[in-house]
Amino acid sequence: MKALNLIPVGDPADETFTLNLGPQHPATHGVLRVKLVMDGEYITSAQPVIGYIHRMHEKMGENRTWTQYLPNTSRVDYLSAMTYTHAFVGVVERALKIEVPQRAEYIRVITSELNRIASHLVGWGAWVMDLGGFTPILYAFDDREKILDLLEGICGSRLTFCYYRFGGLCNDVDEAFVSGTKAFVPYMRERMKMYKRLVTDNIILRKRLEGIGPVSAEMCRRYGACGPVLRGSGVAYDVRKAEPYSVYKDFDFDIPHYPQGDSMARYLVRMDEIEQSLRIIEQAIAKLPDGPTMGKAPRIVKLPVGDFCYATECARGRLLVRVTSDGKENPYRVRLRTPCFTNLSLFEEASKGMLLADAIAFMGSLDLVIPDIDR
Amino acid sequence: MSAIFDYLTQEPVWFYVRLVLFLVGTLAFVGANAAYLVWVERKGAGRFQRRPGPDEAGPWGLLQPPADGIKLMAKQVMTPPGADALLFRLAPALVLMPPMMCLAVIPFGDKLLACDLNIGLLLVFAFGSINVMALMLGGWASRNKYAIISAARVVSQNVAYEIPMLLVVITLLMITGTMNLNEIIHQQAGGFWQWNIVRGIWDFQAGHIGGNILVPVTFLIFYTCMLAETNRAPFDMAEAESELVAGAFTEYAGMGFGVFFMAEYANIVVGCALATLLFLGGWQSPIGTVPAEWGWWGTLLGTGFFFAKMYFLIFCVVWIRWTFPRTQFYNLLNLSWKILIPVSLVTLLLTAGLLKLPNLF
Repeated sequence: MKALNLIPVGDPADETFTLNLGPQHPATHGVLRVKLVMDGEYITSAQPVIGYIHRMHEKMGENRTWTQYLPNTSRVDYLSAMTYTHAFVGVVERALKIEVPQRAEYIRVITSELNRIASHLVGWGAWVMDLGGFTPILYAFDDREKILDLLEGICGSRLTFCYYRFGGLCNDVDEAFVSGTKAFVPYMRERMKMYKRLVTDNIILRKRLEGIGPVSAEMCRRYGACGPVLRGSGVAYDVRKAEPYSVYKDFDFDIPHYPQGDSMARYLVRMDEIEQSLRIIEQAIAKLPDGPTMGKAPRIVKLPVGDFCYATECARGRLLVRVTSDGKENPYRVRLRTPCFTNLSLFEEASKGMLLADAIAFMGSLDLVIPDIDR
Repeated sequence: MSAIFDYLTQEPVWFYVRLVLFLVGTLAFVGANAAYLVWVERKGAGRFQRRPGPDEAGPWGLLQPPADGIKLMAKQVMTPPGADALLFRLAPALVLMPPMMCLAVIPFGDKLLACDLNIGLLLVFAFGSINVMALMLGGWASRNKYAIISAARVVSQNVAYEIPMLLVVITLLMITGTMNLNEIIHQQAGGFWQWNIVRGIWDFQAGHIGGNILVPVTFLIFYTCMLAETNRAPFDMAEAESELVAGAFTEYAGMGFGVFFMAEYANIVVGCALATLLFLGGWQSPIGTVPAEWGWWGTLLGTGFFFAKMYFLIFCVVWIRWTFPRTQFYNLLNLSWKILIPVSLVTLLLTAGLLKLPNLF
């Protein structure tokens, strides 16, 4: 049996050396490890080593009932828990043909978009911190705090929400949430103006991101990259428009996309997406229908035999949940096709020949959440 | 040997007493500054980031620096296996020496200086450049890849920024005509319009155009180079924590790390003091002159002015750090070689021409 080559050994013949970036490194935000072969400060090859926070979410799905798996979905990508729960709830509803009340669908859209904004804020703040700017992350957390307060008010949780149920929601929203969300939209728009002046237009930031880490649409296709990475390469693909789920058809919003394909394009896509999410929230709150928030769902969930899948657009890209049922109380197989895994896979090719500092900036532009890669 | 003895005994005893007093004083000054500039940095960062900063230890967190010092001293100083132990231990000692030597010639008040050297400015630059050696030794001796990358960065960064800094200082030297730091300050007496940053544009005393009409640009170049030389954000390539963990200090623990930290702040103090006395009139009052008959009280008042100007510049260093992201390395070098050096050469040429201009008429 061939031993795994996990101990980095430099080759003395060429003047390269191996640099171990992670699993505990300030810039990998979690336990991603990248084995870099460096020529001076230039990267000749970068090999991500994953699995340090592998928690067997897919395997756990086989041992739990359909309902028991719900909390797991919040813990895969902990920064956009709503959209993950949405995908799993969606696949069960699709299989059982459960009718979800309109009010519940609208609230799902509002909470998902709020969660997307919170996620982009964290991603943005942590990324600017990687670039050496410490202050923006604390401003971003200030705004995120407002979102988390709103979501805590309706589901009691601040990170791993698990708010959706098969057929609806666990709680209806109250007046405080509606008025709070209404007040949040103009507040956030003001903050975005400030962020543009303070960070986006900063010449140092622009010089560090423009032209760094070019990713072409063709490369995205080869690796299956999605989300802001794909949209930063000029492809206006968004699951919310391409295969509209829930009630996304009812809203008027754009898909921000930039053709440059560099880190700045991905940065701008995320900043613009916050504005688009605010537009969706604004419309959804205005049109929020009355009625129940829980449809008719069976008490004991058993899916018919077969394969089912459901895709949502989470903050980092396309999440696909595919389940196989053999008619029992628990799934036969749960498969999560997560965006961070595919986005990370292009890192090896795209970072070749890059400087170390640029590679860190590029890694930040992929907005990786490590548990989402390892699952 | 006897020649050295003869040389040393030329000076009065008072000279040596003053030197020893000032070396002890400098040590205390550097220590107190390092400790409390960390506090200023953390408190300032807190204010910029809408949080209180340290406020648990003592009133307004004022006891935080002693607490940090005790923590650092209580920690074990470890030498990583395979490292060059001698150089590894030596580097923290060497890193603190250059800024302390520089402080010996910096006049904090009219009579408040350790050594009134005629080539004071030269000494400051000579020792300011050695500083990089200690960082390089520390990085090299650590036997850590991150530390070696950092050491290489420090060297090329310091070489790149030494040049424009010296060029802009030469433009100033052409105006002042002396390297004696106290003499440079004496020339700026009278009020803020006599400070080099204004006098360079228009010499009010002589009533003609100054030697360097681009002197505010010169000041900016000097300040930028000072930031780069002291490895401060946005040029903190040496300890770019998101790339190189802690740069050259990665392997240092306890007081070894603490001394590097102290040296960083001591360097900032030296840099800002130099900027103050070269451009902002040093201990001169912003309006009028402190009367000579006030004696030591006048000197003390002058020292107050000096510290006010110097700490304002230091506050700006903190302000810049918590506002801007870090530059990329090639942008840093491009800034020096493609912008700062040509601009400072232009100012040098301009100064040479302008100084001759009043004589022509």
